[in-house]
Amino acid sequence: MASLYDKIFKPKTITLENGHSVTKKASRFPLILLILLVAIVGSAKITGFNITTLVENGSKFFDILKKIFTPDFSYWDKVWQPLLDTIKMSVMGTFIGCAFGLPVAVIASSNIVHNKAVISVIRFILSIVRTLPTLVIALIATFIFDLGTFAGTVAISIFTFGIVAKMIYENIETVDMGAYEAVEALGGSKPRAFLAAIFPQIVPYYLSTCLYCLEMNLRHAAILGYVGAGGIGLILQEKIGWREYEKVGTILFMLFCAVFILENISRYFRKKLV
Amino acid sequence: MNDRINEKLNQQPRAWIKRLLTVVVVAIILIWSSTSVEYKGMSANGTKLAGNILKGITSPSTDILFNLSTGGVAYLLLETVCIALLGTIIGAVLSIPISFIASSKIMPKPIAWIGSTLIMLIRTIPAFIYGLMVIRVTGPGAFAGLLTMSICSIGMISKMYIEAIENLDISILDSMDAAGCTGFQKIRYGILPQLFASFMSTAIYRFDINLKDATVLGLVGAGGIGAPLIFAMNSYRWNDVGALLLGLIILVLVVEYFSTKIRTKLVRG
Repeated sequence: MASLYDKIFKPKTITLENGHSVTKKASRFPLILLILLVAIVGSAKITGFNITTLVENGSKFFDILKKIFTPDFSYWDKVWQPLLDTIKMSVMGTFIGCAFGLPVAVIASSNIVHNKAVISVIRFILSIVRTLPTLVIALIATFIFDLGTFAGTVAISIFTFGIVAKMIYENIETVDMGAYEAVEALGGSKPRAFLAAIFPQIVPYYLSTCLYCLEMNLRHAAILGYVGAGGIGLILQEKIGWREYEKVGTILFMLFCAVFILENISRYFRKKLV
Repeated sequence: MNDRINEKLNQQPRAWIKRLLTVVVVAIILIWSSTSVEYKGMSANGTKLAGNILKGITSPSTDILFNLSTGGVAYLLLETVCIALLGTIIGAVLSIPISFIASSKIMPKPIAWIGSTLIMLIRTIPAFIYGLMVIRVTGPGAFAGLLTMSICSIGMISKMYIEAIENLDISILDSMDAAGCTGFQKIRYGILPQLFASFMSTAIYRFDINLKDATVLGLVGAGGIGAPLIFAMNSYRWNDVGALLLGLIILVLVVEYFSTKIRTKLVRG
């Protein structure tokens, strides 16, 4: 592909003052631009992109937004409990997911386990868990475990697990192996060598990943509830269904506050960790 | 020798009190959070259902998997890709001004603060609420999905753009000044090359995520593979779910593979 392009658009030869000559390959930019343009026009056709609708009806977008931004704060005492549920669900789910993620990440890292088959099987499973949409996991969890917070916790655990395991095995593969080999050379068993030499190196990154997942899960919680997996999403769905957007505004405002506080706490700890 | 080792060991800060405290706090938080997670056992036919789901997903129905009409997996995936592509591009373009406004390195503090609060607000509103708002404008369909995706993308993309802008190496501009460059040249050869790679890389990364999150759009009927997937799940047609999921997973993995390659190439220049 690349060489074909160079054959069609000849590289420019520049002769330097000292007699040497260098070649400058023709820029790939026009080709990439062309592909991108074709893709954009094609997508616009398929999705029915229509700028006139946008201009004509654009103001309707703000109808709901206006109601959301005039929250009905008298509703707040009904939001408390589900919000707390959501936070508890996220904390618990993140904890379980992270706890399972670490050992699996160890098995999936190529500098500790040298069996290619094991690594590729585990990585394959991990990538499938990661690519399964959040919504699908949540829906299946509610089918199996009934509606409620337990299903939500299970769903959060599963996708936290997928993300944490991947990020940690990528991190384990970059650690300094010297200490590990030294412990093994002194006669330490593999698990002991791992605990003594590698674990301390990855702990800060691991904890910071866990906190990051917690933030993300709190954001995802709204979607979880939407399919009936408990927490704040449940009342969110109800109020959207009844078109009480002022109350939706209250819910979102409180969720926003919770996310804001949690994000700042977690940012503080993550800065300390790394 | 041993004395020296012991001496060194004694010099180590005694961290155990701090650690114990951390463990206790975490344990308290965990116990507190487990109070709301009530396990009511599996739903009445939970185990049977789990078996059915597994069986259905592992034997995807081939007639919609290889169907080339508008109801088939191929077309739905194409539509999803188109939504994600255009959504990402529009989102990425809209993010550029927002991120310049919100970066404290360029703008005065108050304006930057307003910008970053705006980004946080955009991020907090869940995707399906944007979907509901957009559907009023466009009606259900792929167009609505596209607009929803662009709005949702703004949050994350501009957050990462800001990081790129704040990592800008300003000293290059001084040396270009010294070399007698014009303002335009400074932007073209001093700033753009620094930003272009990371901006592109962010956009490609977001494209990945958008593809993965496209199912959420199905909740409000905003086009793509989401709505058929959710319908199939709610009506327990697990073979169809299997076919749709299989298509989506393969697509996401393939796109992820290529996008990682392109992104490493972009970062290394």
